[in-house]
Amino acid sequence: MFHKKFKSRFVAVAILSTLVGLQSCKPKTAATAVSGDAAQKVYVAPGQHDEFYAFVSGGFSGQVSVYGIPSGRLFKVLPVFSADPESGYGYSEESRNMLMTSHGYIPWGDEHHLSFSQTNGEYDGRWLFANENNTPRVARIDLKTFHTTEIIEIPNSAGNHSSPFITDNSEYVVAGTRFSVPFDEDEKDIPISSYADKFSGAISFISVNPESGRMDVAFQLKTPPVNYDLSHTGKGPSSGWFFFSTYNTEKAYTLLEVNSSQRDKDFILAVNWKKAEEYVKAGKARKVKANYAHNIMDEHSFTVQSTIKDEVLVLDIKDLDGICYYIPCPKSPHGADVDPTGEYIVGSGKLASLIPVFSFQKMMKAIEEKNYEGTFDGVPVLKYDAVLHGEVKKPGLGPLHTEFDAHGNAYTSFFVSSEVVKWNVKTLEVIDRQPTFYSTGHLTVAGGDSKTPYGKYLVAWNKITKDRYLPTGPELCQSAQLFDITGDKMQLLLDFPTIGEPHYAVMIPASKIKDNQVRIFDITKNNHPFVAKGEGETKIVRNGNRVDIYMTLIRSHITPDNIEGIKVGDEVYFHVTNLEQDWDLPHGFTILGSTAAELLILPGETKTMKWMPKKTGIVPFYCTDFCSALHQEMQGYVRVSPAGSNTPLRYGTGDTAPKAE
Amino acid sequence: MDLTLPQIKYIKDMKKIILIGFAALIYACGGPQTSNNEAENAGTTTEQTTTTKDVSEYDPHRGEGKFKDVELGALDLAKAEKGKAIYDMKCQSCHKLTDERLVGPGWHGVTQRRTPAWLLNFITNPDAMLDKDPELQAQLEICLVRMPNQNVADEEAYALVEFMRKNDGVK
Repeated sequence: MFHKKFKSRFVAVAILSTLVGLQSCKPKTAATAVSGDAAQKVYVAPGQHDEFYAFVSGGFSGQVSVYGIPSGRLFKVLPVFSADPESGYGYSEESRNMLMTSHGYIPWGDEHHLSFSQTNGEYDGRWLFANENNTPRVARIDLKTFHTTEIIEIPNSAGNHSSPFITDNSEYVVAGTRFSVPFDEDEKDIPISSYADKFSGAISFISVNPESGRMDVAFQLKTPPVNYDLSHTGKGPSSGWFFFSTYNTEKAYTLLEVNSSQRDKDFILAVNWKKAEEYVKAGKARKVKANYAHNIMDEHSFTVQSTIKDEVLVLDIKDLDGICYYIPCPKSPHGADVDPTGEYIVGSGKLASLIPVFSFQKMMKAIEEKNYEGTFDGVPVLKYDAVLHGEVKKPGLGPLHTEFDAHGNAYTSFFVSSEVVKWNVKTLEVIDRQPTFYSTGHLTVAGGDSKTPYGKYLVAWNKITKDRYLPTGPELCQSAQLFDITGDKMQLLLDFPTIGEPHYAVMIPASKIKDNQVRIFDITKNNHPFVAKGEGETKIVRNGNRVDIYMTLIRSHITPDNIEGIKVGDEVYFHVTNLEQDWDLPHGFTILGSTAAELLILPGETKTMKWMPKKTGIVPFYCTDFCSALHQEMQGYVRVSPAGSNTPLRYGTGDTAPKAE
Repeated sequence: MDLTLPQIKYIKDMKKIILIGFAALIYACGGPQTSNNEAENAGTTTEQTTTTKDVSEYDPHRGEGKFKDVELGALDLAKAEKGKAIYDMKCQSCHKLTDERLVGPGWHGVTQRRTPAWLLNFITNPDAMLDKDPELQAQLEICLVRMPNQNVADEEAYALVEFMRKNDGVK
């Protein structure tokens, strides 16, 4: 009897432990993960505002989306690296220049990471920087207008992944290349198998003008050929340093899946950028040939100037002392993240089963004592143990990225084991772990990469949703999961779907942005070369087969709305000015058969659409953005006559419309 | 007992606190429900314009806004000239200078129909007045387009009124 009872107990324990085992492999269901007050915590009543803005990278959409947190409501998709028919970005004559590169016009980009401008290590709410991975570029978005106002291409780079991370006073935005390639100055038509000898890595430092935000590639570091993944600025004691994760220190150039995972450790590259800056000032940088585009929007004319630059300053890191040191880091690290105190550097080795935490103080001591384990292509490699603060043991599988709160805690995302893990930076003890649904890439704590984290919320950005939402055919949405991190345990509050692939995101208190919003563009300051400041300035100018139409919009008519004398083969430019001066009153414009997208014109703005009429006939145009009770009346006609005909140029609206001949 | 100044202040503050507490109580009973995101996240920002609490306080001669009793003397020609430039940019699309209606009514005779304060208020504070002024509401039924706020500064509004007076033949 006793024996039997014992046996059944044993079986029960065995079943239970099997269940527990299963449980730990398979994430909990939503029902067990979400507790009762979650809905209340994310409910933002109608007419109320969210507490935080989240700017979320759009991945292969090329754009950046803007959400409210905690509600998870989508406010806007900002056009950055991809053309956007909804706003006319990349289609209007002005904005096409923003997408110019050394390869010509490119309508698409792969947008991965974001950084807010910082002052003293804190978000200052002025600008948002975004990177483009495929054709290496960095964009600056003005947070007063939410417009992309500048894009700069990165020379000698290929796959701008380790970007656009920023120094703690916005001195520089960095751009570390994913693919090492031969520099423009080197021989380029060479065998791929010469990777180890002839290829180079590039880390670019893009200066940011403290007043205007204007960017410039100040200098580049030419490095051994490896892959750069992510990076973050030092702060406080480590201010002046930047930390870049590297992988493929094996220098593989084929089947990287296997060949770049051979070594036990790759590196975090510590860069003393203040020192590099000194070398540049001392004239130690070489001026080399390069080829890259720089596009800048003028805020009063709304036009974009695109120029091609042909030079860049380069520092070879192997030739200069004191700029770069390698910290060994297991294995193929993704995140290189610095805690708010600036003392601890966390490497998240995406194939490692532990998280190493390095100490800045120890690093400085090791440098001082030349405590090297050797060199890598002429650059010193510090001893792992000399720099290590400690390791978080068995944290989970596939650590990717770590952010921080203001209470000494770190939060790391785990791709393979689909979870977020909270641990203490000093003691390295795991405090809590919560499942995510599924396969988290990056995570975001509000202010979590700055000197002053706001905490409160954490969002996990998931690559896979499987069964989480109503299915939408073979392609499913990717998603975000919001956690409350005010307690010891993280509490799952909300799932919401995202645009494209949410690689990375940054969150900022709404108060840092919402009161600085530009509501209208002052029409008196509009100096677009084709503006019409009032209906009295509307006109049509023909010059050969080029026709410039100076047009105005106001609720609810277009001036001129009757146009005659346009001919097949003409190159017609509609320069459309919105005369409204009130918030939230854009007008749209389009014409039948337009091969561009619509124009969305904000109050006080002028935008231009190019139109090449191909057929004789009467062609209507209209306002595309519902503006008033008489929106449906906001329309006009162009009479297109055959090529070579002599229909006179006549135009007007109402009393001034062309009369019967 | 000798009441020193700080204590007096303290007593005053106590009164204030009691008053505030009382007001808060009233608010809690009759005010709008707020969610867990408190007033700091309120959607409506403080408007620059002044707004009366209810329609019965509305003065149809003065309108509503920052202008009260405005007396205008002889026509200021230079100002009227500036007003013309603003009219060309911001008003002409909808208002003719005759008595003919385009989108909004023609301006001929407007300075006889309206007081200067009403005109200045309507130019600078159109939304609040469109919500309250009975004549404006009657006019909206005909025009169907709310007069837009064209972001006209006070000085510019004065210039526009001078231009209206010139248009009406004031010397």
